[in-house]
Formats: sequence, structure tokens, C-alpha cells
Amino acid sequence: MHADIVGRASDYLPNVTCNITFVATSTVSSTTRNGPSTIALKSLMAITGLIFIGFVLAHMYGNLKIFAGEAAFNEYAEHLRELGEPLLPHEGMLWILRIVLILALVGHAYSAFALWSRASNARKSRYAVTKAAKSMFVSKAMRWGGVALLLFIVFHILHFTTNTIQVNGDYDNPADRLVSSFELWWVVLIYLFAVAALGMHLLHGVWAAGMTLGLNTSAKAAERLRIAAILVAVVTVVGYILPPLAILFGIIP
Amino acid sequence: MKLTLNIWRQESQSTTGAMKNYVIDNVSEDMSFLEMLDVLNEELIEKGEDPVAFDSDCREGICGMCGLVINGQAHGPEVTTTCQLHMRSFKDGDEITIEPWRAEAFPVLKDLCTNRESLDRIIQAGGYISANTGAAPDAHANLVPKDNADRAFMGAECIGCGACVAACPNASGMLFMGAKITHLGELPQGQPERDARVVSMVDQHDAEGFGGCTNLGECSRACPKGIPLNVISQMNRDLLRAKSHGK
Amino acid sequence: MTDTLSGTEADTKFYTQGEPIADAAAPGGPIEDRWPTRKFEAKLVNPANRRKLSVIIVGTGLAGASAAATMGEAGYHVKSFCYQDSPRRAHSIAAQGGINASKNYKGDGDSDFRLFYDTVKGGDYRSRESNVYRLAEVSKSIIDQCVAQGVPFAREYGGLLDNRSFGGVQVSRTFYARGQTGQQLLIGAYQALERQIAAGTVEMHTRHEMLELVMVEGKARGIIVRDMVTGEIETHMADTVVLASGGYGNVFYLSTNAMGCNVTATWRAHRKGAHFANPCYTQIHPTCIPVSGDHQSKLTLMSESLRNDGRIWVPKDEADCGKDPRDIPEPDRDYYLERIYPAFGNLVPRDIASRAAKNVCDEGRGVGPGGLGVYLDFADAIERLGEDSVRSKYGNLFDIYERITGENPYQVPMRIYPAVHYTMGGLWVDYDLQSSIPGLFVIGEANFSDHGANRLGASALMQGLADGYFVLPNTIRNYLADGPFDKIDENDPAVVEARESVENRIKHFLEINGTRTVDSYHKALGKIMWDKCGMERTAEGLTEAIGEIKDLKADFWQNVRVLGTADSLNQSLEKAGRVADLLELGELMCIDALHRNESCGGHFRAESVTEDGEALRDDENFAYVAAWEFGGDDGQPTLHKEDLNYEFIELKQRSYK
Ligand SMILES: Cc1cc2nc3c(=O)[nH]c(=O)nc-3n(C[C@H](O)[C@H](O)[C@H](O)COP(=O)(O)OP(=O)(O)OC[C@H]3O[C@@H](n4cnc5c(N)ncnc54)[C@H](O)[C@@H]3O)c2cc1C
Ligand code: HEM
Ligand code: HEM
Ligand code: SF4
Ligand code: F3S
Ligand code: FES
Repeated sequence: MHADIVGRASDYLPNVTCNITFVATSTVSSTTRNGPSTIALKSLMAITGLIFIGFVLAHMYGNLKIFAGEAAFNEYAEHLRELGEPLLPHEGMLWILRIVLILALVGHAYSAFALWSRASNARKSRYAVTKAAKSMFVSKAMRWGGVALLLFIVFHILHFTTNTIQVNGDYDNPADRLVSSFELWWVVLIYLFAVAALGMHLLHGVWAAGMTLGLNTSAKAAERLRIAAILVAVVTVVGYILPPLAILFGIIP
Repeated sequence: MKLTLNIWRQESQSTTGAMKNYVIDNVSEDMSFLEMLDVLNEELIEKGEDPVAFDSDCREGICGMCGLVINGQAHGPEVTTTCQLHMRSFKDGDEITIEPWRAEAFPVLKDLCTNRESLDRIIQAGGYISANTGAAPDAHANLVPKDNADRAFMGAECIGCGACVAACPNASGMLFMGAKITHLGELPQGQPERDARVVSMVDQHDAEGFGGCTNLGECSRACPKGIPLNVISQMNRDLLRAKSHGK
Repeated sequence: MTDTLSGTEADTKFYTQGEPIADAAAPGGPIEDRWPTRKFEAKLVNPANRRKLSVIIVGTGLAGASAAATMGEAGYHVKSFCYQDSPRRAHSIAAQGGINASKNYKGDGDSDFRLFYDTVKGGDYRSRESNVYRLAEVSKSIIDQCVAQGVPFAREYGGLLDNRSFGGVQVSRTFYARGQTGQQLLIGAYQALERQIAAGTVEMHTRHEMLELVMVEGKARGIIVRDMVTGEIETHMADTVVLASGGYGNVFYLSTNAMGCNVTATWRAHRKGAHFANPCYTQIHPTCIPVSGDHQSKLTLMSESLRNDGRIWVPKDEADCGKDPRDIPEPDRDYYLERIYPAFGNLVPRDIASRAAKNVCDEGRGVGPGGLGVYLDFADAIERLGEDSVRSKYGNLFDIYERITGENPYQVPMRIYPAVHYTMGGLWVDYDLQSSIPGLFVIGEANFSDHGANRLGASALMQGLADGYFVLPNTIRNYLADGPFDKIDENDPAVVEARESVENRIKHFLEINGTRTVDSYHKALGKIMWDKCGMERTAEGLTEAIGEIKDLKADFWQNVRVLGTADSLNQSLEKAGRVADLLELGELMCIDALHRNESCGGHFRAESVTEDGEALRDDENFAYVAAWEFGGDDGQPTLHKEDLNYEFIELKQRSYK
């Protein structure tokens, strides 16, 4: 047994004398557990999630440059690759960012799946009737929505970054690839789906990240958090759908 | 009124159970849900059938002993304990499905009775303030601002029924644990052990086989004492703080 | 043998008069020195030896949990038992109102002596001065202890603890935690207990029911329990046994007690020789939600504080009882408490309010199903204070009421009726809380010690915690200092006998295979007790009741139907054991009530009244504790009297007119 601190009243009230000496009995003991705690896991999810939010907002800003004209957009893409030069080699900063994002993605997915599996181990026999419809939906939406986002990202990188998937001809500058792609309605549709999934993921995710990081400790804080989540989700969705829609409807030639 | 009941019957922890169907007549709307089951049991005994085992003690919503999942909802359709649910929440001809709390950390002992000692073990891990008998200073030696006292009280209202676990899609015990951590953490007396408490309780929670929380909020909706979700956030914050202190 | 003046011809045929007894453990001298003296004189146990001494504690309510935690902390080896699935669920959790302490934080003139005085007077001068004074003295430490543990008592804006006044006393000395004082105090004790369980000093056995006491060579040395999940019969031995098993109000079937409350632990000890004191003293609480039908399993208390603003009435005319109360005009209503007790009105003490309600219902003027209810009307209060203000004061109680009855008390007057709430009687103990069996200690509601014939509001919690945290740990060491006692083998004939008697009893229950359910017997017993040994008792009724209970008991052992097996979770079997013991207790209660031919506190004998129909105490003949010795299954109980001496308080007749 752990006979460490015997927390007495005098520990927090120095002016009180303790006149009782008892046989030492333990205070808080600790158990050994396997792997990280569930709260550590969800903290990892929250922190990686926040990294994603940062990226998503920055990326959105970049995408919106298309409204400033093709040149500006291309210049921006180029600028990204020149960041940190000459301290870093060409594309150096970009690779650092990419590595951070990949690590975050691995961490995020790992914690999501680890919690998922612990949850299914925590209830092996199912209820005959369930009424927790809303939260079941949210939990499924987060998990499957996340998987959908992952698939989309793979497709998206093959599409824009590596130019492996060419939907509407081969262009060597980003702006042309963009405009030519989004002239096709079904490409736009794929992106709209992806953005919708992202919006949903963020709507719950931002709030959840706040909960996990201990930002919701009063009714007021809860309200703030909810507003922040809605704000981030709405800004993201609007910011992302503008370029494809503008291109599809010919606003950007 | 006349009702059809689908009740989970299970002989013991080591056997597998199944739903069984019963019809009960002459249910009065003034009966509590458990009194309705009492009546069913009296009928079963008269017919020579084994009565349905379910837990209850105070029957006034405070001991936390009762708890059934009724039509998929922990403690049934109202926000209250099962013993305080009355039959006027149902109507003639209803079909009601009654199941035990389901979670690996709450094994079924018989029919609708479960073993919730895992919750006690979480408290053993640190859900207390070490204050040996006789060593206490005068109660007024230490003032507690009303806001803190009220929030501590809010956490202290938990009756340990386990509905939060039963309702959580992840079978997580975080609301129960967060309530205790908030209760003790709001008080000056609770500070010396605050870091050690949260670390140790969270470890115990996980070791018991509860699931992790993914902020789904079902627990708080089912809680008969209305413990809010922010106690979970408080616990997360305390844990991060404890970790930053190197615990 | 003392001559009995009490004995009417009817009652002596039910019992035998025995030798008087006395409390040998209480020191004499100035009242405020007695407890310090006893603490000093009680032998000490060296910390290193405590580990070798084992203590069994049955019950984890305020009394049991606080005792187990404290004894564990001190280093004894403690084994704790309860029948619920967690120690936190003991029925102490249900206490609403508050806990008294003579802190005098309000500076309104409170003191140990005043609390002592109020408690003795409130108990209608049927309690021991030494015990009650000690209770008052220790009350302050309880609050300190609980606050240190984190019990969230109500506080004022400045951070100081808040107090309210309670139960007709003139000072504010009641500490409270909204309507959940019992819960918060119990959780504090429970957490202290869990801490000791983690430390390994306390071994906890939940879902274990004590079914027999093991006595070896005249001393209490262990208990036989049934594991309520596996059905296994276990033997637990120790140097001493403490019973903290709560009250027996469930003998009335309907009461504010929990479903599992029972008398088994104390009754089994009584059968082994422990005296049972004042079994007939029961407290009836005036403001409970009335019975709505046969199916009802328990009664719910509505806090007494409702009487501060609600007005109690019934129709003047029997014919109006079925009407919508809102249609009955003012002149046709009888505000009977205000009429009979103009000085105290709706705020008369519990026993008086309860009896008055019974009287008007007996006259046929009761309202609601079965005519067993009176109105508690908030219409005036709502008009005077506004609905919002009433809601903020009593909202949660109104909600409970609405949930249970389906009626909205903001619109229709509430209906209330008295219900059994607390039992002042229990195992006889001396000043050390030791029963008449050496090595068997009894604490909390299970003993008879501190409340006399009536308990003041907010004093049971005080007594339970005083016993568990401060009194028992200090007195039991006097006994333990002579230990450790010889280890008893599980094959010792006394142990084997106890275990086998339990096994045979269980086997017997399962073999009867009769036609009636256990609950039906419990209900029948409850009805007899309520009708004849309830709020008003007469020699005639009690004599009948004794006969009826004997018959019911005989029928029970012939005709009860308990299904299932012994080696599984079997709730009918659990109930059967409890009801069997309650049947025996019920009979003793009636005998006690019959022999006490006076009215005092919760015990009202229709034959002993003043000219205007109020309770009349008889100090000449009844200023004693009635301690009953078990007389065998077919024999008669023996009455031992312990005289009550009042050195510091003068005996007076209570009046509330
Ligand atoms: C509704 C209600 C409201 C009340 N309000 C107040 C109030 O405001 N103020 C006040 O001062 N008092 C109040 N009281 C009275 C007070 O709550 C009780 O008298 C007191 O809490 C009893 O405590 P206890 O520890 O003696 O027993 P309990 O808390 O009843 O505990 C009994 C314990 O014994 C165990 N047990 C019993 N039999 C066995 C057995 N055979 N084997 C194993 N274990 C067993 C049980 O499991 C339980 O753990 C109230 C009572 C009720 C019912
Ligand atoms: C492998 C695929 C993914 C899965 C399975 C997944 C799953 C989840 C789940 C279950 C949550 C909820 C956590 C909680 O409620 O506490 C979550 C949160 C979050 N996810 Fe994902 N996700 C994935 C990919 C992504 C991607 C690609 C992004 C970013 C574009 C992202 C951004 C976020 C954010 C910001 C949060 C909030 C942080 C938090 O909830 O703690 N996720 N994810
Ligand atoms: C509909 C709106 C979108 C447009 C117009 C768009 C456009 C682009 C373009 C043009 C690139 C290539 C940049 C370059 O290589 O220079 C790119 C890369 C990328 N995009 Fe998007 N994108 C959109 C939505 C998203 C979404 C919703 C996500 C994820 C949540 C995402 C994640 C990424 C990632 C991870 C890269 C790779 C970055 C790198 O490593 O170079 N994009 N995007
Ligand atoms: S938090 Fe609520 S639901 Fe969970 S155990 Fe406590 S009272 Fe029950
Ligand atoms: S429902 Fe479960 S996921 Fe968390 S918020 Fe409640 S514990
Ligand atoms: S039986 Fe006690 S809360 Fe329901």
C-alpha cells in the first residue's frame, strides 16, 4: 500500500495543529494501466484537430486568392515553396509543414481508432432498443466522416499536388488545374461533399476540442465554445465552396 | 391500463440472457414504474414463476440503487430515477422494453441487477479528501466563496446510479468521475490532493474497462441529477494541469 | 423484583417482570465532565497492537461508515458489511432537513446545555441525561469533521456556513445542504470509508446480509452472513461486533424507510441475549404524501418546512370531502391546527400535528383516496408572496409532489398524511454503547440511546455521526484493550450451530412452498401495526394486535411461498428472512406499547390523556427505559427497567395550546 502523504487538515491550514497521530494510511493510490489514458488519447485528438483547423483556415485563405486572379494564385503557391529560403532549401518549409500534418494525421487517426475500439470493448452486449439517436449519429458521423475526409485528402493530393489524377486535361500551373477541374460539375460535387463532411466534423470537433482541453467549465464558457464552433464551421464551409462554385458558374473564367 | 413488457431475463452472471415477453393488466397511472414491476412479480410468484430481480432501495430518487433502461433510455422517458418514474408517463397498450445497464464494467448479476462496484473503486482511487477523524480545524477556519460552494454542491449531487455509463454510447464513466473531481476540486480542502486525485481516478476508470469520452453528451441528458457536461471538461483541465505539474 | 404499577391485568399475561438494570458505564459528577472523564478512563490500545484487533461493523449508514472509517484510520482491522450494492446507498442518504450542532455561529444564545435541554425536552423526558449531554458536546466536532472532508453545507455569500431553525426550537442550529443533508453527510463518510478500503484497513463486503450473531463463551465474536449474489453462507469472526444496521420502521410496511430496511441484525442479537429497549417508540412524520392505492410500496416525506407557509385544513362537513377543494368556500373549511392550537398553529411538533390529522380523518373528514389525507394549502402563501417566491422556496418539493401524484400543487392544495418515519427504540446499550452482550456494540438508529420517546428534527444525523466518529472509537478501546481474544476455530460448536441454524432456516423457507407471497404477509403485518400500534394505541387494540400477529406468524411459517434457490440472487428469500423477524418484533412492540400505560412522545395511549385530550405522561410510574429480554420462541419476554434520573433538568408536562 502507498503510505505516502497523510493529507491532514494542517496541510492546507498551517495555523492548525494536529494532535492526532494515526497509523499512517494511504492517500491517493495509483493503478497501473495499459497504454495511454482515454483522456490522453482524446487530448491527442484535440491537439491534432487544432493543427488541422489551423491548416484548413490557412489553406482556405490560399484558395480564396483565386479571386485575385490566376497570377496571384500561382504566385501564392510559389511563395509557399519559397518560404524560409535561403535558410531552408526550396520547398523546405512546405515539407516541414507536410511532415507535421502527416504526423498529426497519424496521431489523430490513431487516437480515433483506439477510442473507438475501447468503446466497443466497453459495451459488448448491445441494447435491444436504443434511443440515443442524436449522439449515435454524431459519433458515427465523426468516425465515418473522418474516414471520408481521409479518403478525400488522398484523392485531393493525387489530384492537385501530385497531378496524378487529371480530371480535365494536364496543366502544369496550379491555377489552370483548378479552373479546368471545377468546370466539371461532378468534380465540384465531390468537393462539395468533402466540404460538407469537413463542416460537420468541425461543428462538433471544435466544440469537442474545447471540452477536451478544459475550456468549458461554466455555462458562459459553454456558450462561447458553441459559438466558436459554429463560426469556424460556417467560415470554413463558405470559404471552401466559393472557389469551386465561382468557377462552375463562370464567375472566374 | 394494459401493457406488454419485454424484460431481460438472465439467470446469473455466467449465463446468457434473453428478452422475455409479459402482459400486465390493471396498471394504475399512480404506480411508480417499480411498483408496476412489484405487481408483476406478485403475479409471477402466484403462478410459480421466478420473479424478475431488479434493484431498488430508497424509492425516493436519492440512493442511486435503482436503474433500468426503459425503451432504450436510462431511467426511462423522464429525467429522473427509475423509482420516481410513474406510469402516467405511459399509455394503455404500450409495449415497454426493459433492460439492465449494459457495460462491461457493470456485469449483470441477475435479470436487471448489475454490479457497479467499479464506481466505488474509482472513488477508492482518490475520490475523497484525507481528513482523519478528530484532526479537523473549526469549520469556520476556512471560508468558501458561495460560487465555489455552489459548484462543489452541484458536483456532489451525483447519486452514483450509473445512468451516465448506461446512456453513453462509449460506456464511459466520465460524468460520474467529473462530478466528484469538480466537487472536491472547488473546495480549499480539496487542493492538496487535487493533482494526484485526478490522475489516479482516471487511471482506475480506464483500468475498470469503461470507454473513453468523445463528448457526445448523452450522459448528462440521462443524469437524474442534471450533472452538466462541464464537469467532464473540468476533469480534463485538471488532468492536463496535473500532468503539467509532472504527476 | 420491582413491583409494577404499570401492569394492567391485560398486559402482564404477555411478559415477565425481571430484575432492574442500570447503566454501569456512565461516570457521575458534573454533567460536562462525564465524557472527558470516560474518555480518559477508557483503556488505550497501543497503535502497534491495533492491527491485531479485528472489528466487524454491520451497516454503512452514517453511524457504520463513520465508525468503520475512523477505526480503520486508527489502524484496527475492520470488516464492514451492508446489504446494498455500495456502502453509499445506506438509508441515511434520504435525510433531507439537516443536522444540529451547538456551534452558536448565529450568536443567538445556543450552547451545549441548550441543545441538551431541547433534546431531552423534545424526547418527552424519556432519555438519559449523560448520553444526551455528550451528544450535544460532540455535535460541534461533527461539523468540523464533515467540512474538512468536503461536505458542501449551505453557505452565505461571505463564505460562512448557513444555519436554519428546525423542529420548533428557538435557535438556528441546523446545518444543511439544500434538501440533501443526509446524502452529503453520508457521501463524506463513505469517501472516508473508501479511502480506508484502498488503504487496506477496511475490508468491504457489499450485498452481504447479516443473518446471525455468533457468540462464544458469552461474548459476541462474529456474524454469519449470506452473500446475496451467490447465496453462500459465510462466517466472519472478530474480536468485537458493532451493529449499525439502522431502524425498523418497515415493520409498518409503509414508511419513509427504504425497501430493505429491516430489524434482522438487531433482532438476531436480541434472540441471542441483547436487550431490546423501548421498541414501541416510533416517530410519525406529519407531512408525507398519502397512500394512493394497494400497490404502494413506500411513503415519501415532504419536508416539514412546508408547514412554515402552507395552511392545513379539511372540510367542516363530511359531505364536502369529495368536492374539488377550490370549490369549498372559506367558511366551510376547518383549519383545525390553527383552531385547536392557536399559539403554535400549523407549527406544532410532529407528534401533535400527526395525531390531529388522524383525528379529523377518523371523524370522516379526510380527503383523497380512502379519506386518508388533509389539505396543505399554499393559496394564501401564493397570494401573499407570489408564485415565483413560493417556487424558489419549495419548487423542488412541489415537483416531487407533482411527479408522484400527478397534481399541480400551485393550483390544487397538496394532500398530506402522517407516516412512520423513525424508530427511537432499539438495542439497549450502556454509556459505552455496549449492549447487554459483552463485545456487542450498537450505534446509530439501531440502538435506543439518545432520543427518548420522540426525536427532534435534525438530531438523528447528529447522533449517528457522533456515535460513529467520536463516541464508539473512544469507548470500544476499553473493551479491545483486553484483546486480542483467543482465535475461534470455524468448527467451534458455537460457530457451527449459528451457521447451521441459518442454513436450516433458509432451507425451511424454500421448502414450505405455500400459497401466499412474502409481501402479502408484510402488508398484513403493516396494517395491524398501523391500525393498532400506530399513532394512537389502546389496551384493547394492542391486545388484539398481539393475537393477530401470533396468528399471522403461525400462518407465515405454514403458508409462505418462496421460489427459486438458496444459491443464487433471490430477492424473495431475502424478504422472507426480514419479514419473519419483523413479525416477531411487531409482537414485542405491541407488548411494550401495552405495558407502557402512559402517553409520551411518539407513544400515545388513548387511556392516558389530559382533560382536553392531550397526551398525559406519567413520570411517577414510567420514568424508565423498558429493556426487554428475549424469552424463547414459545416463552414470554422479560422486562428489565432502567430508571431514568433527572439531575440537571426538571420534568415538565409539554403544552402547545
Ligand atoms: C426520509 C427520511 C428523512 C430523514 N431526515 C432526517 C433529518 O433531516 N435529520 C435527521 O437528523 N434525521 C433524519 N432522518 C433520520 C436519519 O436519517 C436516520 O435515523 C439515520 O440516518 C440512521 O443512520 P444509521 O447509520 O443508523 O442507519 P442507516 O443509514 O439506515 O444504515 C443502515 C445500514 O445497515 C445495513 N444493514 C441493515 N441491516 C443489515 C443486515 N441484516 N446485514 C447487513 N447490513 C445491514 C444497511 O445496508 C445500511 O448500510 C430521516 C430519515 C428518513 C427515513
Ligand atoms: C482518419 C480520419 C479521421 C477520423 C477517424 C477522425 C475522427 C475524429 C473524431 C472521432 C473526432 C471527435 C473527437 C471528440 O469528440 O472528442 C475528431 C475530432 C476532430 N477532427 Fe477528426 N478524424 C479524422 C480526420 C480528420 C481530418 C482530416 C481533419 C481535418 C481536416 C480532422 C479534424 C478534426 C478536428 C479539428 C477535430 C476536433 C478535435 C477534437 O474533437 O478533440 N479530422 N476526429
Ligand atoms: C474546395 C476547395 C479546395 C481547393 C480549391 C483546394 C485546392 C488545393 C490546391 C490547388 C492544392 C495544391 C497546392 C499546391 O500543391 O501548391 C491543394 C493541396 C492540398 N489540399 Fe486542398 N483544396 C480544397 C479543399 C481542401 C480540403 C477540404 C482539404 C482537407 C481537409 C484540403 C487539403 C489539402 C492538402 C492536405 C493539400 C496538400 C498540401 C501539400 O502538401 O502541398 N484541401 N489544395
Ligand atoms: S453523474 Fe448522474 S447519471 Fe452519473 S452516476 Fe451520477 S447521478 Fe447517476
Ligand atoms: S455520453 Fe459519453 S462520450 Fe462523453 S459526454 Fe457523456 S461520457
Ligand atoms: S431506489 Fe433509491 S434512487 Fe431509486
